[in-house]
Amino acid sequence: MAARTRYAPDRGLTVRMGVTIFLLGLVFVAFVAAIIAIGTAYHASTAGIALITIILAGGFAFGSLFWSDKIALATAGAREVSPSESKEAARLHGIVDRLCALADMPKPRVAIADTDVPNAFATGRNADHAVVCATRGLLNRLDNDELEGVLAHEMSHVAHKDVTVMTVASFLAIIAALLVRIAFYGELFGGGRRDNNQNALPIWLVLIAVAAVTYAVSFVLIRLLSRYRELSADRSGALLTGQPSALKSALVKVTTQIGRIPTKDLRTAQPLNQFFFAPAMHLSGGGSSKLAELFSTHPSLERRLAELDKVQQQLSRGR
Amino acid sequence: MGFLDTLLGRTKPVQPKLDDLFALPSAAITLDAAEGFRPTGSGSVCFRPVEGRSFADVQKEVQDLLNMSSGKEGGLPVEVTSDEYGFTWLVSSRMSSELEALVADLHAVNSSLVDNGFGPQLLCTLVAFRDDKERRLGLIYLYKRGTFYPFAPLSGERRNNALELQVKGAIGSDLKWEQDLARWFPVWGAPGL
Repeated sequence: MAARTRYAPDRGLTVRMGVTIFLLGLVFVAFVAAIIAIGTAYHASTAGIALITIILAGGFAFGSLFWSDKIALATAGAREVSPSESKEAARLHGIVDRLCALADMPKPRVAIADTDVPNAFATGRNADHAVVCATRGLLNRLDNDELEGVLAHEMSHVAHKDVTVMTVASFLAIIAALLVRIAFYGELFGGGRRDNNQNALPIWLVLIAVAAVTYAVSFVLIRLLSRYRELSADRSGALLTGQPSALKSALVKVTTQIGRIPTKDLRTAQPLNQFFFAPAMHLSGGGSSKLAELFSTHPSLERRLAELDKVQQQLSRGR
Repeated sequence: MGFLDTLLGRTKPVQPKLDDLFALPSAAITLDAAEGFRPTGSGSVCFRPVEGRSFADVQKEVQDLLNMSSGKEGGLPVEVTSDEYGFTWLVSSRMSSELEALVADLHAVNSSLVDNGFGPQLLCTLVAFRDDKERRLGLIYLYKRGTFYPFAPLSGERRNNALELQVKGAIGSDLKWEQDLARWFPVWGAPGL
């Protein structure tokens, strides 16, 4: 069927994302196995420490997921808007309405952040609690086609449940980070008792080492996953509107504009990076650094444009 | 969307539902009898064009097809307009009494887009009505949902919500209505309305 070939998913991207998720799962299993092994080796109650950590991390992850819309809106200083209150709000609502009708999605709440940095984000634990937010800088700089492209990208994040997926993926990193702290403070405050096994390394050191390695590996994997999800959202957004070039043009505009604005103002936006249309802050000045790319939440502009080129070819293919 | 699609970040494009559109002629009779609204003979299909040659060819083919059939019967040629959001409206104008022919025209647009693999680009179709007091009313069909909703614009981008709900009540179960009111989006300045 023609329809199937024209809107086919990018298999390479799917496979790479699948492998990344698998590796994250593998790290998790290895981490749990290591904790159990340490517990048996030291005859210590690591199970207690691990349990406390998991409960704490679980609570943290659940909270940030459950209130993700409120947290993000508050951090970005954004306000929910109704279509009747201003021309800009009406325009934003008009575009979102049409995208929802095209994609058969429930309409998310629409918000505007009063900042000149051109950017957008979507958050919320599921489609019924989703918020799509655009900054005033974005509304001022982009025409309707480009804005539609950006919003289609954000709506794809909602459709892919990216906030949930990334929170679950980050769960491991949160556990590992917390375990380092608990083991460390546990040693500081509970330092009185000594292990009977004097020759081996102290248990807290082993715990910290395992947790640190887990954190480092899962951090890199999570960032990799984040970049793949961005590419997927670009792709789905462009397929939804049928206008990959408008999204490309928006990407170029937003990326170059962000680069031109002093970084000082952008620091406040950095915690939200994961949900933004384009990263608010780069780790290094030159975007070409391989190491910087490894740790960034978003793929490079070139990579994103290349993915959209593929969509463009796919859509203009003959019957 | 399935679990695997969520995990792998894929969305399947939504294919349109076309069949429920044919309920319109009989609903129009009910509407006329109950509220005095009659079709103006104008109807339109709204879709998001895809960039590139392939889609432009399909659109041209559809226009030629409609012009040929309406030309034979002495009708007006199809009008093509683009709205501020970049959506294309193909407007077909018939005699007020020819609602069935109008629906057939609209369906021809739908099926050629679907046949060429562009079904997911269809947004909505609008059929215009008017009563003796010159009040405007559009019945809008949402392709992805297979449902209808009424749209009654007043001057200055305001909606007559009371009239919309009244029309929904009058037609009742003759049409499949969109139950989620958040999806009753306004189409200000839609051509043909």
